[in-house]
Formats: sequence, structure tokens, C-alpha cells
Amino acid sequence: MVENVRARTGAVVAGIDVGGTFTDLILIDGGDGGKVRIAKTPTTPENQAFGVVSALKEAGFPVDGIDLIVHGTTTTTNAVLERRLARTGMITTRGFRDIIELGRRTRPQPYGMTGVFVPVVPRDLRLEVSERIEAGGVVRTPLDEAEFRAAVSALKEAGCESLVIHFLHSYANPIHEKRAAEIAAECWPNDHITAGHTLLSEAREFERGVTASVNAAVQPILKRYIERLRSELEGRGYVRDFLIMNGNGGMISARFVTRESAKTVMSGPASGVIAAAYTGKRAGYRNLVTYDMGGTSTDVALIRNAQPAVSNEIEIEYAMPIHVPMVDVHTVGAGGGSIARIDAAGLIRIGPESAGANPGPICYGRGGREPTITDANLVLGRLNPQKLLAVDHPVTVEAVRAIFADRIGQPVGLDGVEAAGAVLRLANLKMAGAIRMVSVAKGHDPRDFALFAFGGAGPLHATALARELGLPKVLVPARPGITNALGCVVADLRHDFVNTINQPVMALDTARVRSVLEGHRAEGSALIAKEAVRPETIRFVHSADMQFVGQTHLLNVPLLSTEMDRETLQALFEKAYFARFKVELPEIRANLVNLNTSVIGVRPEVDLSRLIDPAGRATSLEAARRETRPVWYDGKWHDTPVYDRERLPLDAILDGPAILEQMDATTVIEPGDRAVSDADGNIVIEVGKA
Amino acid sequence: MTSLDAITLSVIQAALQQVCDEMDLTFSRAAFSPVIAEANDRSDGIYSAVDGALIAQGAGGLPVFVGVMQYSTKTLIEMIRDGRCLPPEPGDIYIVNDPYLGGTHLMDVRFVMPVYRGGEIFCWLSNTGHWPDIGGAVPGGFSASATAVEQEGLRLPPVKLFKKGGLDPEIYAIICSNIRIADQRIGDIKAQAAALLVGQDRLFEILDRYGDETVVSAIAELRKRAAEQMAAHISTIEDGVYCSKAYVDSDGVVDVPLVISLAVEKQGRTLTFDFAGSSPPCAGPMNSVLATTLSSVYLAMRHIFPEVPISAGAFEPLIVKRPEGTFLDAKYPRPVSGCAAEVSQRIAEAVFAAMVRALPEKVTAAPAGSSGNFALGGHDPSRGRDYVMYQISGGGYGGNSSHDGLTNGCSTIGISKSPPVEVMEQAYPVLYRHYALREGSGGAGKRRGGFGLAYEVEILRGEARASFVMDHGRFGPQGVLGGADGAVNTVTVFRNGEPHVPTHLSKEQDIPLQAGDRVRVRTPGGGGYGDPRQRDPELVRRDVRLGYYTAEQARDLFGVAVD
Repeated sequence: MVENVRARTGAVVAGIDVGGTFTDLILIDGGDGGKVRIAKTPTTPENQAFGVVSALKEAGFPVDGIDLIVHGTTTTTNAVLERRLARTGMITTRGFRDIIELGRRTRPQPYGMTGVFVPVVPRDLRLEVSERIEAGGVVRTPLDEAEFRAAVSALKEAGCESLVIHFLHSYANPIHEKRAAEIAAECWPNDHITAGHTLLSEAREFERGVTASVNAAVQPILKRYIERLRSELEGRGYVRDFLIMNGNGGMISARFVTRESAKTVMSGPASGVIAAAYTGKRAGYRNLVTYDMGGTSTDVALIRNAQPAVSNEIEIEYAMPIHVPMVDVHTVGAGGGSIARIDAAGLIRIGPESAGANPGPICYGRGGREPTITDANLVLGRLNPQKLLAVDHPVTVEAVRAIFADRIGQPVGLDGVEAAGAVLRLANLKMAGAIRMVSVAKGHDPRDFALFAFGGAGPLHATALARELGLPKVLVPARPGITNALGCVVADLRHDFVNTINQPVMALDTARVRSVLEGHRAEGSALIAKEAVRPETIRFVHSADMQFVGQTHLLNVPLLSTEMDRETLQALFEKAYFARFKVELPEIRANLVNLNTSVIGVRPEVDLSRLIDPAGRATSLEAARRETRPVWYDGKWHDTPVYDRERLPLDAILDGPAILEQMDATTVIEPGDRAVSDADGNIVIEVGKA
Repeated sequence: MTSLDAITLSVIQAALQQVCDEMDLTFSRAAFSPVIAEANDRSDGIYSAVDGALIAQGAGGLPVFVGVMQYSTKTLIEMIRDGRCLPPEPGDIYIVNDPYLGGTHLMDVRFVMPVYRGGEIFCWLSNTGHWPDIGGAVPGGFSASATAVEQEGLRLPPVKLFKKGGLDPEIYAIICSNIRIADQRIGDIKAQAAALLVGQDRLFEILDRYGDETVVSAIAELRKRAAEQMAAHISTIEDGVYCSKAYVDSDGVVDVPLVISLAVEKQGRTLTFDFAGSSPPCAGPMNSVLATTLSSVYLAMRHIFPEVPISAGAFEPLIVKRPEGTFLDAKYPRPVSGCAAEVSQRIAEAVFAAMVRALPEKVTAAPAGSSGNFALGGHDPSRGRDYVMYQISGGGYGGNSSHDGLTNGCSTIGISKSPPVEVMEQAYPVLYRHYALREGSGGAGKRRGGFGLAYEVEILRGEARASFVMDHGRFGPQGVLGGADGAVNTVTVFRNGEPHVPTHLSKEQDIPLQAGDRVRVRTPGGGGYGDPRQRDPELVRRDVRLGYYTAEQARDLFGVAVD
């Protein structure tokens, strides 16, 4: 069901993504036939707004001429991971203030009886009041309002900037949390009060409490950042509203984003996946495994039928669950900086240690002395030593090779090049294993997907990985290094809703199901109507989280309409269950646990055909060639032509081996592979057999 | 046999590990019961065709299963050879849970499948899943007062549950007639078998790619190298004998402590574990079978050296003298339900307590080391049905050379999460009065122990019976190098407002309760590490500010004055 809303969008749209190292910008000028401008500037961690402003400067487009800025920020991500949080107080049900510190009795790793955990709200700022609601929603002990007021004053006195109200069973009956929030607002007027049920209206007090605490603790930080950015932009003549990327892959107005700040915590990786889904759909690839390899880690996500998988159960680090709908991105611990070693058994190990950004790989010349995956790529001729970004003091390839010979080769009887080859092979095996686990965990065969490779290092490894996994094709977008910024440009407006029902399907009140889902639609549409940006259409996506009676894990079942009978629901569930688990259990009844709705404000299609300027294209393959250099594949050197990616003719067909270089990414096409360029400037690589 | 290069070896090692990890994943995601699907109380591995030796095991398996399946597979191979068990055919899967044939407690059910190449058995795949019920005197299987294994549930010798690929309906029917909530077990059985089949497919891909002979040579070489790797770690320890003791509160039937007496001798490149002097087999269910005892030593060493991959080779330099005549080598019909959950953790504690003297930088003071099983079975009149509720809980970890112990960590032998209070209250007629950090419970030390848990549950409706299988009620988790012990576990049951403490402190079965009665549990804190008077006074003041200790405790335990 689609509702038409009049389209009115800006002609000039800029997407700006702040990453760990670089701030990337892509600007699409609708007034000039979709002309694209790109900028890449160093990220300024103390105040990301400076990096944003320099990216705008570098793009060379008048800021007051931009119609819409869409922004992805890691301000809240960094705040949580580094625990540089606003001083936050928490008020809980009596007897339960330690919930967010106790967790669910876990340790960070299966083996090793050690670990460190720092709760988001320190224990002395967590107070308790008399109130109690039972599991069924019945009030057992009324809220002691005087006690609550005293607790609020105490936390205010203690210098808190924000407040979390976290009562047991508030998802079943929020009456006490609502009343408490009113009282808090009276005696402490403040934008930063989070009641637990407002972000996540589901049972599980630890996860709900942490989600609410993170929200409150990053709110003041995000708010200050947005204000700084707004004033920087206004100073340069951009006076309109701007949009911020959320972790669900949708955008929201900067005016409203702080209310649910926790939703921005995982927004960086989400925007890359959104861009992948968009690019893949235009190119005719609707099922993708995204593979974003960076310096310290690699992000992997699944896209089915052009829709990124979304999860409500992401844990951003040990014992830090943020249970709001977010694009389901899995981080695997291998990146360009992962260190290779010979272990005590005389075998080659990749990671888990990483050289990170500092000192980084040996070839960055910042004092790194341990061989990394990036260094292996350099030794093997896959990376061009002249084109490395972020190098402080150039280190020769010979010097790097000597370290490989010494640290890896010598103990196992290999020379420096062979050692680098072995490191690369094992690194690929490790990443391929991680990708398999991500797809198999969701019940998919990875061979049904194409690999979408981005990030600086993704396209370096993609064909080898695809071969390892049996994936037939690799898609490398026109601008792999700015995929996250592109995600900002193409993302839709989006609001997600969840309600807990928890009833057996055969006893389900279908009228209630309809009214819940229709309530979601109305609420989402009203929120989108408040945005400054008008979508072309509004799309509603419904689903149910279901399980067999007796189970605790949930399966998400798409619903095509708000109206359905019980038999249809049961059948939909059984079908989805079989598809995922390959097990049929007709003997057992189903339960409907949650109803979900995403309300999506669809923005007009963005033309990606000028991501690489067509005017810069060469007329022949030969004219795009930069050099030929020896590159090591599978135990041998091969003379490999190296092409300027942006000069490749649009209809280019390349048989491997070949290397494509562009400003911030290198694509390796191995012997036996064939690459074809498409209209949007993507490279589609048919992967040869192993 | 040609010698294999380091690259091929590393690649095959990673590939075999991947097979096991995928089996673990398949088992968990397809399993029906939460114990397996959510708590990951399961494990999968590849075992030698010749002697059942462990080739590779999933990284996410439950730690207590680390060494167990190689013994059950070895026993099966011997029984087939001796004609005590039907010979295998392609497509067969054996089921076995007999503790005395290389197992743990009855709830841990193993599937064992031969993998054929060219008509010969190439290797065995096996997995273990903890079934939520296996029959016996009490739902769930943890009977604190059983005196014979027959009271603990259905005991299966190795029999073919799948014959030539098909489920045997007769054996299935026998199992279903002997366990509770049998209708849901088919979901777990299908999942457990599916995991083995996925493993077989993936293993075939590896054999086809690298060649059977290469993989066989690699397996032999990897075993040798794993032994060398463990030996290299061991050789960093100074030669000598390291002794320790650990105590189980009681066996649940006779109220005297059971002692684990351990002497670890380091000589050259081996460690020899001698449990001589430990208590004789006991009347109650706190006996351990040999496979569990060995596995407990291995898992403790893996906690100390987590970087050594799990394989039979890694266990070779760890020589465990068979503890004959003690409760750590129990024979039929001694009851054993407590072995995997509690005794195994005391064995690990004894290993930690001995090894911390040898490796003070690597080993922690004793962790809480109990699974904290509290089972409540009753009738909910408002729903008109019976229920069984399980509350498991964590406790404090021991301090270590660089950090304080973790608060409310998982049991030493487990990796499963405890259930949320809200979910428990939805499902059962109970109300938690508090669920809190247990102040003051961490053993004082330069690095203090982590804190235990304090909770209290009230019965809202109907009648119920409470059972406890916990430990460390008599002696707290050991502090080391001058650190104090963590606080002991306590259980108090309030009936009509009158407190009742179990005679066995941490164990009792079937305490009758009615609406309004309450169960109060305090779980152990971790042991302290090093002299508490050397603790940074700033950290002591912070601990007082956070309410972890009182000002008096800061003064008396740490010698720090706090205003």
C-alpha cells in the first residue's frame, strides 16, 4: 500500500560521513545534470564539525547553494566506546539499581577468567525508589512521588546532565515511568530525560536499561555536536535543516535526532550497507554480502532482495547491548592492520593483535615493526607504494619484505615474498570463514549472493574471498572509498516501531494486531510529516517476531498486510521457520511475540551514473593503462597491467590479472577472473574457479 | 608421507576449525530448547577413526565438554571392536549418555557419527547437547539427594538412533516414554543430527580440495605441534611440585566436605596432576566420572593458556594420574548429576590454586565457581498448570595480576547467560524483591575479587518445592598471594516468615513452599589477589564511594581510612 506525497527535494544534495580516519563528502548537483564532487579530509576527533567544514571547503561548492546536507557521525559511537559520556543519573525500582552493572552473568571470552566492565552510569549515581509493577502490568506498589522528587534533586545536586528512569515491567505498563518523567521535567527542566520504555518497549531489564542509559549518556554530547555543526554551517550560509543518519539506515532531522540518540551509535557502518543495497539494486544485484575492510576491522552484512538485514539485538562491545532496530552489521577482527605472527606451534597466525592506526602497518612509517595484512599486499605488488594514503615516513618495499623474511619466513623456511603470500592466504581464509559464519547463521548459503566490496581495502581482497567462498560474482562500486557518504545521499527517512504481544497464534486477537500496526503507520507518518524534507512516497513494512511455544529465540516473519487470519500467520511462520532452520515441526504451536513496523519516507531516485566523471573516460583500455608491474598470485609473479580506474572506458572488459587504482582504493582482478564495467561505473567481476 | 609446509598446515587447521564452528552454529540455531539455542550448552568436534582422539572442536562449545567426547568416542570404538555394540554403517548415528562410558551427567546427550571415505571410516563426528530433561526423580535432572544413577534419569548405552540415515522409531519411542516434555525433544534431536550432517558436508569439501592423504598427514602433524605448543608454554614454569586443596561443601546426602587434594608436578615439558588424597566416592550426586575429571583439568589449563587450540595434542603434556578410589573417578552406580555443574568447577579451582603459584601473572584467584542451580517446581492455580523454573546465577571472579575480578561472571565451565527477571516473572508465579550486587563479597586484595549476586524471590501463588545445587557455602573462593577469600554462598528460605537454612548450606531438595514464602540467595564473591594493604588507597576510596565496601571494611580489610 503506497500513499502519494508530493515530492519536493533539493537539487543539490551533499552526503558527509565522518569515519575513524577520514571525513568523506559526496555532493550531487542535480542542477548540473547530476555532476558529482568528492572530498576526503582528515577526521578531527575532538570536534568532528571542523572536518566536515574542511570537506565542504575542499568540495569547492558554495555552501549556501546546497539544498540538503545529510550527515553520518561517529560522535556517539566514540563517546560510548571511550566512555567519554555525559554525567548521567539513573532512578530504578527499589532493589534493582545494579541491573546495568550485573549484566546477564557473562565474561568477555569463553576461555580466560578475566575481564573488565565499566557501567555507563556509575553506581553512586544510581538511586532507587519505591514502586513496583507486576509482569502482567498490574501496579503492586504505587510510585512514591516524594521519594522520586528527592532522588531527582540528589542527582541534580550531584552534577548530572541527564537522567534515566528505568522501572521493571515498564514495557507492560509504562504508567510509573510516564509519571516519573513528568515529575522529573517539573523539578529539573531538561531535554535529557530518558524513560526506559520509550526506546525499547520489550521485556529484558538489562538490555532495556543499557539501551536507555546509553541514550541518556550520549544525548548532551550529540546535542552539543549538532549545535556546533549547525552554527558552523549557518556561518557559511547554510540555514536549512539537515539530516542525520541513524543506525537503522534511515535519516532523521537534526532537530529530532537527539531524542533517540542511541539510534545513532551504530550509524557509520549502516550507511555503507544502505549505499550497497542501493547500488546493487540499480546494477541488478539484489542479494549481496557486503564486505567493508578497514584498517582495524572488517564489517560484513547481508542484503536480501535489496533490503539490508536489520537486527534489534546488537551488542556494540562486551555487555553493551543497544536493542533498537539497526542494520545488522557484523564486525570481524581482521583489518589491514592485523598482525601476522608465527606461534609456538610453528604455524602462521593472523591477529587478533592489530597495529591499528598507530603505529599502523610498517609501510605507514610511523614506527610499526610487525608485519600486517596491508604490508603483505605491498610486498606482493598488489598495493602501489607510491599511492599509499596516510604515510608519515616512507618505508621501502625491500625493508618491509626483509621484515617478512625475518619474522615469518625464516622460522618456517620461506623467503619474504612467500611469507607475505602465506599471510595473505591465511588472512583471506580467516575473513572468508567469518563471512560464512555470518551468512550460515542466518540460514543462507553464501553462494546465492554476490560480494559487494568497499572500504579502502575491500576490493583488494574481494576476488580471492569470493573464490574461497564459492561466490560467483564481485561488485566493486565506482567509489569504494566513499561508500558511507554515498549512503547518506541515497538513504530514506525512516522510523521503526515495536510492540510486544506475546500470545499463541491460535488465541490471537487479530483486531488488536490490526490496530497496533495501524497505530504504527499513523505515528510514523506524522513524524515524517514534520520533516523539512518531503519524500516521494511513504512505504510501510510490517513484520512479526514469532517462535514455537517453548522456545526463546525469535524469527522475524514479514507480513504483507495489516489484516490476516490466524491460519495465515501460522502458515507464514512455518514457511519462514523451514527456510531458516531446515526443520519442520508441525506438531508444535506458534507464538506471536512482537509486531514491528518500519515507516519509510522514500526519497527520489539518485542518479549514480556520474560518480566517475564520464568526460574523464579514456577511449581505449590501453589509454587507461598506467604501468605494468609484477604481482604475486598463488605462488608466482605475473606481469599485471595497472589501470587508472577513473579512465577506464565504460564498456571495458578486462581479463585478469589486472589492477585498478583510484584515489583511495585498489581493486585486484586475479588470473582467471573477468571484469566488466557497467553504466554506473561499477566493476562486476566474474570470479574464476579455484 | 611428505612433510607438509607451514602454509598448508595452517590452512587445514583453520579449515577443520571452521567445520566445527559451523557444526556448533547449526546445532544452536536449529535447536528447540533454550538450553542449547540460547545458552549454547553444547559442543561439536571431529575425532580420530583409530582411537577417538580429538582432532578439532568448535571454539564456541561449552568449556566443560572440552575433553569429554574423545573419551566417549574412544569407548564406542572399543565397544564396537569387542562386539558390545552393533557395528556402524554409513548414515548411522549413535546416541549415548552413559556417564561411565566417557561422559558427564545424564542430561548431556552425545550423538556420534562415522564419516566414510572409500568405504572406510575416515573419522568420527560427535556432539553433545544438554537436554532440559532426561527423566529421573526431579525435573531437569539435578537431584541433590540421589544415591544411585537410576534416580537421576534414563541412561543410554551407545545405540543407533539413526540407522542408514533414518530415525529409528522404536528407540525414539523408548526415549520419549522416559523423559518429561518429550514432545519438544524432536526439535533438538533433528538439530543435533543436522549439525553432524553439515559437518560431514564441509569436511568432504576439504578432503576433496586438499586430498585425503594430505589432510591425514596434516592432522598427525598438527597433533604433534599442538603438543609442542603446550609443552613450550609449560616449559616456562619453574620445575617443582605445586600443591592445592579445594572443597565441595558436601555430597548433598552426607553432611561432610569432600576434599580435592592436588599436587601438580612440573618437570621439563610436562605437568603431572595427582589427585591422591582426595575423598573417596560419595553417597550423593557429587561424584565425578573420569572423563569429566580429565576435561576439568583441560578446561582449567585452557583458561590459563587460551591461545592453544583445543586438540588431543594439546592435552598430551598434561598427564593426569587416574584418581582411582576417589570421588573423582566414580563407577556405576554412583550418582553423578553434580559432576559437570559443580565438582568440575572445584577441580578447576584446585588447578588454579596450584598453578597461580607457578604462573602468578597468568592465573587468577578463585572465581565463584558454581552454576548456582535453584529449581522451583510448583503449581500455578491462576493458570491451572504445573511449572518448573530454573534460576542459574553467576558470582565474582578472582582478582588477577592486572585487574580486579569481574562481577557476576558466568560459571567457570559455562558460557550461558542467566535469565532476565522480567522473563522469569512473566513465565512463573514469582516476584523478585531484589536482584542486586552483593556488597562486600569480593575477597580483599591488592586486586580484589569481583562481587557476587544477591537476589530474593517470593512465591506469589500456589504451592511449590525448592531445590538447590550450589557450592562454596562452607568455604569461600580462595584468595591467593595474601588476598582474602571471597564471601561464601548462602541460601535462606523464609517459610511463614521463619528463616530456614539448608543443613547442607548450598544443597537441599524439595523444600515445600507456599504463597508469600521467599527464597534468598547470596552468591560467592571472587577471591582476592595479593596483599589488600597494597591496594591503591584511591581505589579503596572509590570502592567505598560506589558502595562496594563500607568505610569500616575499608579500614579493617584494606587499612585505608575513608571519611
